[in-house]
Amino acid sequence: MRTLTYAQAIREAHALLLENDPRVFLIGQGLRSPWYAGGSLEGLDSEFGPERVMDSPVSENATTGAAVGAAIAGMRPIVFHPRMDFMLLALDPIINQAANWSYMFAGQVSVPLVIRAVVNRGGEQGAQHAQAMQALFMHLPGLKVVMPSTPHDAKGLLIAAVADGNPVLYIDDRWLYDEVGPVAEEMYTVPIGTAAVRKEGADVTIVATSYMAVEAMKAVAVLAERGIDAEMIDLRSIKPWDHELIFDSVRKTGRLVISDAAWKTAGVAAEIAASVSTELFDALKAPIQRVTLPDAPAPVSAALERAYYITAGDIVTAAERAVGV
Amino acid sequence: MGSEQTEGARQLLLQTYRSMRRIRRFEERTADLIEAGEIKTPCHLYIGQEAIAAGVCAALGRDDYIWGGHRSHGHYLAKGGGLAAMMAELYGKATGCSGGRGGSMHLVAPEVGLLGTVPLVAATIPLAVGAALASKLRNDGRVSVSFFGDGATEEGHFHESLNLAALYRLPVIFVCENNFYSSHLHLLERRAEDNIVESGRAHGVPAARLDGNDALAVHQATAEAVARARRGDGPTLLECRTYRWRGHVGPAWDMDVGVRRKDELKEWQSRDPVAQGRQRLLDGGYPEAELEQTDRGIEEEIEQAVEFARTSPYPDEASLLDFVYASGTGGP
Ligand SMILES: Cc1ncc(C[n+]2csc(CCOP(=O)(O)OP(=O)(O)O)c2C)c(N)n1
Ligand SMILES: [Mg+2]
Repeated sequence: MRTLTYAQAIREAHALLLENDPRVFLIGQGLRSPWYAGGSLEGLDSEFGPERVMDSPVSENATTGAAVGAAIAGMRPIVFHPRMDFMLLALDPIINQAANWSYMFAGQVSVPLVIRAVVNRGGEQGAQHAQAMQALFMHLPGLKVVMPSTPHDAKGLLIAAVADGNPVLYIDDRWLYDEVGPVAEEMYTVPIGTAAVRKEGADVTIVATSYMAVEAMKAVAVLAERGIDAEMIDLRSIKPWDHELIFDSVRKTGRLVISDAAWKTAGVAAEIAASVSTELFDALKAPIQRVTLPDAPAPVSAALERAYYITAGDIVTAAERAVGV
Repeated sequence: MGSEQTEGARQLLLQTYRSMRRIRRFEERTADLIEAGEIKTPCHLYIGQEAIAAGVCAALGRDDYIWGGHRSHGHYLAKGGGLAAMMAELYGKATGCSGGRGGSMHLVAPEVGLLGTVPLVAATIPLAVGAALASKLRNDGRVSVSFFGDGATEEGHFHESLNLAALYRLPVIFVCENNFYSSHLHLLERRAEDNIVESGRAHGVPAARLDGNDALAVHQATAEAVARARRGDGPTLLECRTYRWRGHVGPAWDMDVGVRRKDELKEWQSRDPVAQGRQRLLDGGYPEAELEQTDRGIEEEIEQAVEFARTSPYPDEASLLDFVYASGTGGP
């Protein structure tokens, strides 16, 4: 099959959506700028015109609110935030409005909206250009959250998000943009709420989100050399998440490592760990391990960044601890 | 003009020239160090806009507050932040003004009233209003200055802050550095009219549009705003029109974003604020040899700062979790 990079796959999904559905439009900052969007939106403004690809003023609250309103009025907007940090200026339309709208009005009006937020960190940028806040949004009823890690899923989950009929937060990570993988040419969806087994194994289950899925696959290879047969699950949908697939895997292995490159306290890993220990207490052979960022803002100095970010090595250590070596 | 006045005017010319020249050379040296791979934290250079920081800060006292954003090297230097400490910060060193945690976009110098610059656009505008509120409640006579760009006026923060400051007659000065771009987008791709200054009037804040490349004009307008604020007559908005010479971020000349920028840049470079300041001094009879002496002093200071930054230690890994919570009871 043809291969694309992760960024190209996102771009292709946008192009197909714009081509096939006149209700779809894009609004947000940096739509025409590679500095903000990498290659993920390249050329869309010239292909589809500035009426449908609106590179906006520095107004996150208004653009997001407008996208919520347009969605309620029957459009299928995709609002783009080149960094998740900037999206925080739009918490009212996302949390108070979009997430609650369907419920408040007994489902008579809904918000078929995609909010796309990019995690873009490292490179000595510091605390306000680094934050991965999926847990914050996972917390909210009424909102769905996806985090693809492969080019195939990046395309399929975006198309699924636009089709969903609910507000969906689509989080992509700049560290994934050059990942290459097979991507079908047609429109297809990856169902929201499903995880994917990337490698089967018997000794320990590793669940990873977004970029950590890449690190987890490296960890799996190292563990194999050391005689540990790990199963790797790419979570890809944060809310709803695939309880069944993960429970089945833990029933088989009895050991669980969860890696999420976000803060530890009240994070995605904590939520999964709590559910697994409630449902599968008897199946567990070892305490659940979390591989996350320390509870601290992102530093600037490369010397501290090295200590701050987690890698395959941290997953290997956690898996070995779970297995008891 | 009496001789005292002449001396005062000359002092101001000299002070703003020195301030601008220091910023210009710091930024040019930083650009080279980025290209050499020594500085890696993203830097938004202030080259071309020096007259604003220099003119505003020359009208402030040491205790007055300033606030800034992602393009604040100039604000930090003009207010009196330590040059070597900022250079070390750009290197990510423990001796940096933010201990290597902040880099170019998070500068601080509490000892001279700079309580923080952050890259979230418009974020410090309401904080400047809050510092002015503190000054008003304490009746301590301090003025609070908020530096921000034209892009920041598109955020609700800007409009809400102007209203609040006008309503409570707070001693705050909103300094909008209108360089006509927010990253890759020209002002008129982001707003229907070139009318930032009118936001002041709409919110009941006296406002003026200035030549932001003229340090004396900026100083004069700021001095009036400071006097108004200290009298208890409330805020002022100054729209200072200027131009950034380099790219949005990094050292490149940014000629690649279209013909418009290329032509504009040439035009604005012919109104170089630093050269203008120098020429004024020479026109007033200031000896060129003394100016060269001043320039040499700046070069030495910068080279010593680079040396300091290079030889300073990196923060210790074990200190990663330090400062997540403050150890004291608060306040600068
Ligand atoms: C809240 C927020 N939105 C978007 C950005 C991205 N951003 C960084 S700098 C910048 C340009 C701002 O332009 P302006 O305020 O005119 O300042 P200038 O860069 O011209 O000095 C933008 C949009 C950001 N840092 N914060
Ligand atoms: Mg600007």
